[in-house]
Amino acid sequence: MMEEVKDVSAGSVHGDTIKVTEVLQDGDTLTFIIVSQKLSGTGEYHVDRTYDDFEWLQQHLYTQEDVPGIQGVIFPPLPVRPQVNASAKVMKQLGFLALGEWQPYCRALETFLQQVVAHRLLSKNPALELFLTSADPPGRQKIKKNLFNRLSQAMEEMRKEGHKDVDEFFQTVRDQNLQLTGSSRTAAEKFLDVVLTEQKIAVACGHFSAALHLCVEPGQDPDHKAFSRVCVKLSEVFDSMRKSMMSFSLNDLNTLGLGLDLESRHLEAEKEMLFRRTCKLVELESARRNAERAKPVRKAAMEEVKKASETEFEQICEVAKQEPLSARPCGNAAEESDSVV
Amino acid sequence: SFSFSPTFTFSKFQILSRIPQPASLPALDISTNSNGPKQDSLMDDDPEDLFAGATEEVSLDSPERDVLLSDGPSPAITPITPPTSVIAPRIGHIEEEEGGDSFDVHISVSDPEKTSLSVFKQRDFSVKRRFSDFLGLHSKLASKYLHIGYIVPPAPEKSIVGMTKVKVGKEDQSSNEFVEKRRSALERYLMRTVKHPILLKDPDVLQFLENSELPRAVNTQALSSAGILRMVNKAADAVNKMTIKMNESDAWFEEKQQHFENLDVQLRKLHASVESLVCHRKELSVNTAQFAKSAAMLGNSEDHTALSRALSQLAEVEEKIDQLHQDQANADFYLFSELLGDYVRLITAVKGVFDHRIKTWQKWQDSQVLLLKKREAEAKLQFTNKPDKLQQAKDEIKELEGKVQQGERDFEQISKIIRKEVGRFEKERVKDFKTIIVKYLESLVQTQQQLIKYWEAFLPEAKAIS
Repeated sequence: MMEEVKDVSAGSVHGDTIKVTEVLQDGDTLTFIIVSQKLSGTGEYHVDRTYDDFEWLQQHLYTQEDVPGIQGVIFPPLPVRPQVNASAKVMKQLGFLALGEWQPYCRALETFLQQVVAHRLLSKNPALELFLTSADPPGRQKIKKNLFNRLSQAMEEMRKEGHKDVDEFFQTVRDQNLQLTGSSRTAAEKFLDVVLTEQKIAVACGHFSAALHLCVEPGQDPDHKAFSRVCVKLSEVFDSMRKSMMSFSLNDLNTLGLGLDLESRHLEAEKEMLFRRTCKLVELESARRNAERAKPVRKAAMEEVKKASETEFEQICEVAKQEPLSARPCGNAAEESDSVV
Repeated sequence: SFSFSPTFTFSKFQILSRIPQPASLPALDISTNSNGPKQDSLMDDDPEDLFAGATEEVSLDSPERDVLLSDGPSPAITPITPPTSVIAPRIGHIEEEEGGDSFDVHISVSDPEKTSLSVFKQRDFSVKRRFSDFLGLHSKLASKYLHIGYIVPPAPEKSIVGMTKVKVGKEDQSSNEFVEKRRSALERYLMRTVKHPILLKDPDVLQFLENSELPRAVNTQALSSAGILRMVNKAADAVNKMTIKMNESDAWFEEKQQHFENLDVQLRKLHASVESLVCHRKELSVNTAQFAKSAAMLGNSEDHTALSRALSQLAEVEEKIDQLHQDQANADFYLFSELLGDYVRLITAVKGVFDHRIKTWQKWQDSQVLLLKKREAEAKLQFTNKPDKLQQAKDEIKELEGKVQQGERDFEQISKIIRKEVGRFEKERVKDFKTIIVKYLESLVQTQQQLIKYWEAFLPEAKAIS
């Protein structure tokens, strides 16, 4: 269905209603069906998107140069690219999202979209509207813009991570984030082990049940008949144990498993934002030093650079403070983001 | 919940003794030199099933040494009430040689006044036995009874690895498990042995139960049950190699042999399944414990107090659940895995007994063939003039005729005994499995109920997060 692409930034979609209802598999490609309710209340949008389309959207979000302090935004995390018949390495990366026949993965994509729509700065991006409403898939060209490059560059300079902060508030947030990121990743990994073992037990119960069924002995001998009866009954018991174990593991997967996964990815995204800010801080401090030491010839230019750096840094801090941070020192009521269990 | 304390009451049972006249005692030779019961006494016609009068009580609760139910009014024939035996490990003292641990065997008799054997005059007593004593007992019984067709329960096997760990004094989970496994195996072995009506009367068994000290079993290396089984298997192989296709006149034996072959295969499969289940459950327990730790850490890091409290509670719940998983794994193991293992070994003993029958048949056939030869030779000698050789031939023939008759009697007897034994075995098998399965299901239900309780207690905490 062809809808006009509105350039109104508020978007025409009710954020909470976004659902990834189906995933279709065609060979190695996965296509996701996204349904959302129109704000106007007149119906729904149905679109189909692949992972490439999601990446397209994400890149557009990264490259919003016109928004001041965009680097202070905690970008809602997109899950890792899904792979049909994934290798062991990819399975490990995907974690919970690889299980349960892509259902948890769909939930993760849903959460991503809902968070983007809910974000006061990101929701204004026209790419979002296109993504959610256009019948045709949005353009699939890769856009290489500055910000994207800077992001990856920043990742390489890990040694800046420990750089001491000028702001006590942010130092606390950074420390807290470091601890939480580690703990939540560990908890997610350990819980994944639990879920996988539950599945193994279910399978073992199934085998035992099948083996018991084979123990049925023919003939009229009363002892044999009694034994066969016992075996059949026990086989039924173990079959229902198998079913119960499977449903335990699915439940675990879809509730706590998914929750831990979302939480730990959100914390990673927060960590990236804080790191960007820290890098900016390092840049600012070196710009200050340069301005101070500059010979009179270069002084004016250096001052300009310093001023620009200062402004950028302040903008980032402003934006960051309004983000849903995992830690709220100074006694503010903690506001949990959507992704936290 | 299901616990395995060291003293675990197994069962109490009654059997009717085979006393020809109600008042007299059975003619039992208690001297240690006897070579087993006289053949004749075994020929009694006993049309009824030995276990017709058996009552069996299994106590699920933990262990009271005096959980013995008193019998009702005594029937006309004085019953011998064999003891309940309960075994607790006594580890203070690890011995230097093969034979390792000592175990306390607690024996409780339900009606000492009613027993006709001196052994059981006391109500409750205990004896200390080494592992090698058990092996020694088994080897004696096997050598006395296997070849005439009795299914002698196999003794637990020695484990060099396990024993070494215990000797080294390693006080850890695995060596404790090893000792418990061994203790439980010994208990089952002894119970099976004393449940057997013939074996219970054996002087070696009685000596085992009553003597305060047993002479150290010599050379248990050669007498381990694995060794016995190897000998049995070798005998079986030898029989097969001689390519005797025995003229099976009795379809019953053929059918039963096939039946036991099938059963063997099935039980082995079941055993493998259960082992894998036990392994995974143990894994689940370990993983749950690790998750509990990580959840606690996460709870500590969290700022939001309701969430952090909930996470800590979650960690506690998961720890309790870990314990449940362990208990369940134990149940899986001790109930099923060991039962199946026992039966796989028992069936090997059954097959051995069938093979002995074939050997007996062969022996009989061989002496018949020899007799024929001797008769031919004698016939030839008739025409020569060698009176002393003739006499010798006649003597030999007479001897052989006796042998042939004995061979036939032996064969008939072993066949008869095997029939009875198999009947008893089959009944026991069904009973055993039923009992274990009931126990298992009960433990399963309890575990599930406990699980529900834990989660229901946690629910309000979880709801309080928002």
